[in-house]
Amino acid sequence: MGKMIMTADDSASVRQMVSFTLRESGYEVLEAIDGKDALEKLGKQKIDMLITDLNMPNLDGIGLIKGARSLPACRFIPIIMLTTESQDARKQEGKTAGATGWIVKPFKPDQLLAVVKKVLG
Amino acid sequence: MKDKYKDAFREEAYELLTELESSLLELEETPDDLEVVGRVFRAMHTIKGSGAMFGFCDVAAFTHEVETVFDLVRNGKININTELISYTLAARDQIKSMLDAADGGAGVDIETGERIITALRGFLPSGHGGRPEAASPAMQSLVAPAAITSKEKVTYRVRFKPARKIFFNGTNPVALVNELRGLGECKVVAQRDNLPLLEELEAESCYIYWDIILTTSTGINAIKDVFIFVDDDCELDIEIIDYGGGLDNEADYKKLGEILVERGDLSPDALKQVLSEQKQVGEILVEKGLVQTDKLHSALLEQQHVKEIRHEREKQESVASIRVPAEKLDTLINLVGELVTVQARLSQIAAINMESDLLTVAEEVERLTSELRDNALGIRMLPIGTTFSKFRRLVHDLSRELGKEVEMVTDGAETEFDKNVIEKLNDPLVHLIRNCIDHGIEMPEERKAAGKPTKGIVHLAAVHSGDSVVISITDDGAGLDRNAIRAKAVEKGLISAGTELSDREIFAQIFAPGFSTAKQVTSVSGRGVGMDVVKRAIDALRGTIDLSSHVGKGTTVTIKMPLTLAIIESLLVKIGSDSFVMPLSQVDECVELTREDVEKSHGRNLADVRGRLVPYIPLRERFKIGGTPPAIEQIIITRVNNTKVGFVVDHVIGEHQTVIKSLGRAYRNVQGLSGATILGNGSVALILDLPQLVNAVENGAKSDY
Repeated sequence: MGKMIMTADDSASVRQMVSFTLRESGYEVLEAIDGKDALEKLGKQKIDMLITDLNMPNLDGIGLIKGARSLPACRFIPIIMLTTESQDARKQEGKTAGATGWIVKPFKPDQLLAVVKKVLG
Repeated sequence: MKDKYKDAFREEAYELLTELESSLLELEETPDDLEVVGRVFRAMHTIKGSGAMFGFCDVAAFTHEVETVFDLVRNGKININTELISYTLAARDQIKSMLDAADGGAGVDIETGERIITALRGFLPSGHGGRPEAASPAMQSLVAPAAITSKEKVTYRVRFKPARKIFFNGTNPVALVNELRGLGECKVVAQRDNLPLLEELEAESCYIYWDIILTTSTGINAIKDVFIFVDDDCELDIEIIDYGGGLDNEADYKKLGEILVERGDLSPDALKQVLSEQKQVGEILVEKGLVQTDKLHSALLEQQHVKEIRHEREKQESVASIRVPAEKLDTLINLVGELVTVQARLSQIAAINMESDLLTVAEEVERLTSELRDNALGIRMLPIGTTFSKFRRLVHDLSRELGKEVEMVTDGAETEFDKNVIEKLNDPLVHLIRNCIDHGIEMPEERKAAGKPTKGIVHLAAVHSGDSVVISITDDGAGLDRNAIRAKAVEKGLISAGTELSDREIFAQIFAPGFSTAKQVTSVSGRGVGMDVVKRAIDALRGTIDLSSHVGKGTTVTIKMPLTLAIIESLLVKIGSDSFVMPLSQVDECVELTREDVEKSHGRNLADVRGRLVPYIPLRERFKIGGTPPAIEQIIITRVNNTKVGFVVDHVIGEHQTVIKSLGRAYRNVQGLSGATILGNGSVALILDLPQLVNAVENGAKSDY
């Protein structure tokens, strides 16, 4: 069974692109439409990796990362944040909250896969 | 695949725009509702972020402006008013029409867009002039690691010491170490000396760190990129411990003690003290508790790894293990040459006498001779790598002298050449490399201004191509200035001002005697003795030189050399009773020339070869050989300086192994001949120098015959 990766993003097109790219490469994908939805799903299902947008309604990416890290099953999984801002401030905030790494939007499928491979090993 | 996403994005964007509209209207009623402001910001943000991903760059750029304003509204730096809302609504409509336009709808009114942006910028507090956020993401370096990488295998010592809390960021240090393994030959030692006693151990902390010895050609940036996410969460030391180039070529590597001291794992004094006791250094160090076993293991591994690498390289570089004086080899080649000549005679006699015993022997001798010839020539072949590494020093010194940053990258160092060719190539190559660095590569500031890396690259490559070797010298510098060269050539009277010339023809002017466009005379080049000397040297080696260049991108000089100077494959032809040979590498084809053809062309010496006119040189006339030509003559079509030229002869005899003999002193200045050879029947055939012949005819010069 392939590894399970969750993509949390309020943009359907980004979710679709991430899911498609990952499924093509043999990963299983769980989609969440915002931070709140993601946290609810995390409570029910074990995942191997989380890819989250930073700006989302209801619960934003930083909140989601903090929430996920407080769940026992998600303490050590890789979490990658998607960010349009290439400034360090936002990245730093994410890292402090517990993110493993980041991808700057816009990105290409190859870049996404390179990062997933990097953190999942 | 991409289009599917585009549709999905457009659909989503339309939805967001509708939501945006209602949010904005809502905001007009309750300007202080931060929740609604957040909604507006997010809508903009998503349109911008996803737009850029799916190719709607104009949408993304435009939305970015609106987003900037609302980012400040969100942070309480700008207050909402009716004016702002109406401009934002106008912006919403503009985004919609941009999306429509991409869908094949009516075109976008760019002016409107600009007006909206200007108005929105007016809301920004002064000093906040819409930060120009570069669209290029920082991720670039991660996926396309430094486009320019050294081809040499370099060995690095990496110490990767993750922070204790590294696991809490979801980082798996082992995955990173494994990623390093993927880059090349790699040895890893885990260091355990930070491990506490069991009762103090926190299971979720990382106590282990790693020493890694890595040999790779991907460059240091690729290594750094592996650790890009943990930049702040680890100590990372990367050191080069072995350059692939061969600067210090000793096969042995440092002593164990030296490595430990260099790494800071052992103090020099402690080492000295221990060395005075005559035991295995490692053993004693561990015994005395000066170094932990893991550290020692790691250092030993480094020693072993680099030794292996160097031994391997040595094996590659010095194939020959017996030193033989070069003269002996030259004599051997000469003898083989004689033997080839005699063997040709033997084969001829055998063919005439038709005695089966003799034929068998003659065939046997022919086979052996050709094997012997190949082997003997092979002995004199050397990899060009030795010359290449000499140039490394030249590049180093020169770039320092000129204050430029230059790196030399080599390819095909293992390509073999006749020793004599390599020696004679040395000076021309030195000259060309100097030119690259002096004229080609710009000063670091200029390069930076032109958006190039400050470090220039000189790429030296050698590759086999048929019976010749192609050497290319490429720089990524400023390239040749077409107009400057043209002006100079006109000034020197090499070309007339009005002539239309191709780039290639203009660049060829560089090879003219006394030509130099350097504005300043430096100590290195620019004194007007230049490329003409190089060209003459290459010509003398029966090679060709060619040049191509793009302004701002760099210049490539390509030299094509015959593999050997001693024996060549050639075509044997006859005019009257005289025999001539021409190098087969220059011959394209042979076609017939009849009396009618000659009459039809009205003395213009042009032949129609499959619809293409090819000029030809009647050698019988040229060499003033008496008698009448046969009814059907032969044109040997050759390729000289990249143009087709025919040479008319009486008969084509066939392929011939030509042992080159140089002509005596008296004939040194004869144009059009490069040497002579002895045929199977003992007679002499002259070797034609085709480029010279063509030049002589072009210049209308009188042949010496």
